[in-house]
Amino acid sequence: MSAMVRLTVNGQAVEVPAGASVAAAVAHATQRFRRSVHDAPRAPLCGMGVCFECRVSVDGVVHVRACLTPAGEGMQVITDA
Amino acid sequence: MREHYDVLVAGAGPAGLAAAQAAVSHGARVGLLDMQARPGGQVWRHDVRLPAAPAARQAIEALQGVKLLARHSVVTAEPSALRVETPTGSDLLSFGSLVLATGARELLLPFPGWTLPGVTGAGGLQALAKQGWPVAGKRVVIGGSGPLLLAAADTLRKHGAHVLGMHEQASAATVRSFAWQLRRWPARAAQAAGLRLRLAGVPYRCGSFVREAIGGDAVRGAVIETPHGTRQVECDLLAVGYGLVPNTELAALLGCALDEADAHPRVRVDALLRTSVANIHAAGEACGIGGLAVARIEGAMAGHMAAGDVAAASALLPRRDRERRFGALLARHFTLDPRLRELADERTLVCRCEDVALGALAGYDDARAAKLATRCGMGACQGRICGTALAELGRFPRGGARPPIFPARLATLAGLADFSPDDARRGNRP
Ligand SMILES: Cc1cc2nc3c(=O)[nH]c(=O)nc-3n(C[C@H](O)[C@H](O)[C@H](O)COP(=O)(O)OP(=O)(O)OC[C@H]3O[C@@H](n4cnc5c(N)ncnc54)[C@H](O)[C@@H]3O)c2cc1C
Ligand code: FES
Repeated sequence: MSAMVRLTVNGQAVEVPAGASVAAAVAHATQRFRRSVHDAPRAPLCGMGVCFECRVSVDGVVHVRACLTPAGEGMQVITDA
Repeated sequence: MREHYDVLVAGAGPAGLAAAQAAVSHGARVGLLDMQARPGGQVWRHDVRLPAAPAARQAIEALQGVKLLARHSVVTAEPSALRVETPTGSDLLSFGSLVLATGARELLLPFPGWTLPGVTGAGGLQALAKQGWPVAGKRVVIGGSGPLLLAAADTLRKHGAHVLGMHEQASAATVRSFAWQLRRWPARAAQAAGLRLRLAGVPYRCGSFVREAIGGDAVRGAVIETPHGTRQVECDLLAVGYGLVPNTELAALLGCALDEADAHPRVRVDALLRTSVANIHAAGEACGIGGLAVARIEGAMAGHMAAGDVAAASALLPRRDRERRFGALLARHFTLDPRLRELADERTLVCRCEDVALGALAGYDDARAAKLATRCGMGACQGRICGTALAELGRFPRGGARPPIFPARLATLAGLADFSPDDARRGNRP
């Protein structure tokens, strides 16, 4: 088994294999990544950096595409849904 | 920061990897950039659980001497230079010649319920699973069109998903004819046979498509149209993709002419992959959907051309032409059923960024007017999803690309090398 990375999603501890994306880490905690302009929950659609549905806040930086961002040890991820 | 490369390659998929390798073999100083964290592009995307394909491993190992610029998103272009955004700042990369290997994205069409969490593209869910997205034990319905449905099902099953079925919109007769023609590409035929064998037991339904996603806060099921009527299935994930469309935004931004004969433009190149702009070549899916083999050969050709070796590039022409014929075969067989263009109703959101329903676009016949009045296409994806879908639905032709081609921080656009954490935290965007 490969090494694991530990991070938090909305304060909840999550463990994913090294090399996993923040999107994968968030999915372990919740299916709701962001809220649409009409307040509906949204989650990743394209998985490849194109649709922007996976935006979350990572260590205080907002609007980060979770599918393009590797999960890092100790990262704090906050979703908006 | 400003860096100069003799040859700069945009996109580190199979085409970009081959281009970088070819260019560096001539002694050029080569930079290879990609917005993804790892090289490989779509088909060779790193998988957190499964070993890489031997060809992918070799292509990535062959990068010695090439400067790999991962997590670099191109946002604007200047004469002979690209401005890129990195996780910590922004750089200006100037080049002697440029190879565009920006690949393709999935064609995603709106249908009722497609905005529910748990509804993704087919290649989209494959990409997410490779990133470590938990699919083990999940019931997955796959729909859409083309060979990607099989590739996605295969990956998802290897990650432990329970694939309930694959719904190919093309008719059974068309799919049989495609399989028959495939015999002229033995490597591909063997690959397809292997896939079908591994997927034995997973229903593959032709002339069948997903009409609607059902659920409240997340997807719970799908309504499926089959040649024998409509039925409903429960599922945890619904993955629907209708093939691929070239990523042409960067080429358009640089002023390269596009071929706009179809609903979805591709970068126009001559036989030796020269675009209409001097010192810019293009290769792979960006020039039209052709598959892995085309991407690798064209990448090598473009890399040789960018380094000035016309003879080495010309030598690859016959192989490239043969492989391009496969792309034509794909396009011919997986044309979309007109009923798919009617799936979205008045209330279905087409623009997911700004929540614009299809009905709100009634009465507008050009994208610009609709955009100004409804904000359709004004959001973060800059029309990559809705603009492409509306072009496929025959509503509006695709609009041109305007800078920045990805939302960028103000500091990036101002040309500042590093921005303060405060700036990043506020998510300053124009
Ligand atoms: C989701 C998906 C899954 C696929 N799966 C398979 C499969 O299993 N088997 C198969 O045979 N084919 C598959 N394909 C088809 C595949 O696209 C081709 O076979 C092959 O990957 C094409 O290679 P390429 O180098 O032309 O483009 P790509 O592999 O698409 O590579 C293009 C690269 O350019 C980068 N890029 C684009 N624009 C920018 C920018 N502005 N800034 C920075 N970087 C940028 C992208 O991040 C990407 O990494 C898949 C396609 C998709 C979209
Ligand atoms: S899932 Fe589409 S941009 Fe991340």
